[in-house]
Amino acid sequence: MPRPIRVLVAKPGLDGHDRGAKVIARALRDAGMEVIYTGLRQTPEMIVNAALQEDVQVIGLSILSGAHNAIVPRVLELLREKDMGDVKVIVGGIVPDEDAEALKKQGIAAVFQPGASLDSIVSFIRSAVAA
Amino acid sequence: MKTAERQFTTISGVPVEPVYGPAQSTGLDPQRDLGQPGQFPYTRGIHPDMYRGRLWTMRQFSGFATPEETNRRYLYLLEQGQTGLSVAFDLPTLMGYDPDHPLSDGEVGKCGAPVCSLEDMEILFRGIPLGEVTVSMTINSPAAVLWAMYLAVAEQQGVDWARLSGTLQNDILKEYIAQKEYIFPPRPSMRLVTDTIEFGARHTPRFNPVSISGYHIREAGSTAVQELAFTLRDGIEYVDWALERGLEIDEFAPRLSFFFNAHNDFFEEIAKYRAARKIWAYVMRDRYGAREERSRKLRFHAQTAGCSLTWQQPYNNVVRTALQAMAAVLGGAQSLHTNSLDEAYALPSEHAVTIALRTQQVLAYETGIANTPDPLGGSYFLEKLTLETERAANEYIRRIDGMGGMIPAIEAGFPQSEIAAASYRYQREVESEERVIVGVNRFQSGDQPIDLLQIDETAGSHQCAKLAALKKRRDQSRVQKSLDALKRAAEGTENTMPRILDAVRAYATLGEICDALRGVFGSYQETAHL
Repeated sequence: MPRPIRVLVAKPGLDGHDRGAKVIARALRDAGMEVIYTGLRQTPEMIVNAALQEDVQVIGLSILSGAHNAIVPRVLELLREKDMGDVKVIVGGIVPDEDAEALKKQGIAAVFQPGASLDSIVSFIRSAVAA
Repeated sequence: MKTAERQFTTISGVPVEPVYGPAQSTGLDPQRDLGQPGQFPYTRGIHPDMYRGRLWTMRQFSGFATPEETNRRYLYLLEQGQTGLSVAFDLPTLMGYDPDHPLSDGEVGKCGAPVCSLEDMEILFRGIPLGEVTVSMTINSPAAVLWAMYLAVAEQQGVDWARLSGTLQNDILKEYIAQKEYIFPPRPSMRLVTDTIEFGARHTPRFNPVSISGYHIREAGSTAVQELAFTLRDGIEYVDWALERGLEIDEFAPRLSFFFNAHNDFFEEIAKYRAARKIWAYVMRDRYGAREERSRKLRFHAQTAGCSLTWQQPYNNVVRTALQAMAAVLGGAQSLHTNSLDEAYALPSEHAVTIALRTQQVLAYETGIANTPDPLGGSYFLEKLTLETERAANEYIRRIDGMGGMIPAIEAGFPQSEIAAASYRYQREVESEERVIVGVNRFQSGDQPIDLLQIDETAGSHQCAKLAALKKRRDQSRVQKSLDALKRAAEGTENTMPRILDAVRAYATLGEICDALRGVFGSYQETAHL
């Protein structure tokens, strides 16, 4: 039986808006994935360490505060340092189109902007991990 | 789907009947349940004349980048006809961190104005006479500190504190429940809130020391009934703590204020506001024996629902906001913020916030809905919905009473789980298209790009440079003495406000003051409830 996909859902930075992250964590669980939710106010270091310890295949970063350009590159850098380049990182929240494009060029697998469906996120993760 | 098959409900899931008529109003006792506007239990409004006497305050929540830029936006909004100010602070400020703290990196000025010292507060209110303009400040965990800075600026302007009018949000309970901007654990935080209520009762009789809020609870995904019930039960908790402090109910209750969401379901929202006034009137009179009329009258600010506004086809948001604002006015709000069309993208651009303000002005001056109080009173549907909302909210309040109060309920994760379940249910309804969101899951179409407010990293470097210069200029020993005195007060039982004021006047920073308090109270880590 195939191993369930393991996902870390994280809230980096000071942003406390966790409605989306919690709904997604629950939806991914309902879709059969194993989800670890980090809780609020995680630093990039805390997130990458948790991802390493929990041996996840996917990290989902939820950021609505506008701080994504400072936070996301730092997470990617730490993943490279720890040789965790095969972990897929997706971002959800308030990220303008130009920033989303830039983040994808840096290695983010997908950016989910407001209104993205739960189904699209589940499908994306399944195909990204299978690839 | 045929009418026979489809279940009609409010957005919160309350069933709506095929028709409402006199039969639905049996059991409605006009004297017990309604009163006249301005008459107990104030279901129809807290004043006999409502907006005929005075319009609601048009109070746009605002703040971004730096205190300097925010000050310019405030002056612009006042020029455009806004009638009260509302301060939005950035995340570092909300969480009690200075701009040079490692956790502030990338966050300074992004969600609101950065204010880390009295100097920033002076800049924020430059050219704004605090004796004449009412100011609301959305700040919670470090509310006492920002309030002290505001009071110090008023002092500098020569304004008697007894004349100051405004509101401090300062509602820490809803932080644990929904907004999650907590610093300290619940009980020390409640002590700080009680300190401000007590200080306000003595020194700032025209200032609301708390704005007991449901807005954020609703934004986190609660139903309308949960928003109402958790808010009022939070209010009851603050009252209990203030009474425990030794204050008399009528000394402080008149200055408790509230803050509700104005969401999409038009009649459900109006029913919610009317039920809120009625429940609170009875709570004040019967649970607490309040005698003053002013203690029994629930005053509230409303904000249209940010969570309902879409990324897709953002111009549709102007329509949503207008309809939501209309519900708030028909529901008798004392003060109103209307969201901007770019809500899902960024903080409001000047153009977008102007449309939002004009929305209120059109409602006030062109629609006629302000011409008479509670114009929808007597609607079969509305009166029934008001009674049902009241009943359902009271059930939740009793349940939380049974848990020993709001703090045990929060510690048990009760309101948080209710909200998480409601928000998941709602999202599932959207996914299945049971709940239509125009432009998102139906009626999709392209849209032109909109011009967004840009906030870059120079705000952070600007604020850090100012802070460094301030630290060089100020009397460091005076700062240290004031922080030591504050720590001693926090460790004991005296009211911390005078010590916070001393520290603020010495130009101690927000981060330094909060660190002193963190040293005494500790920091809070929540257990997440999915």
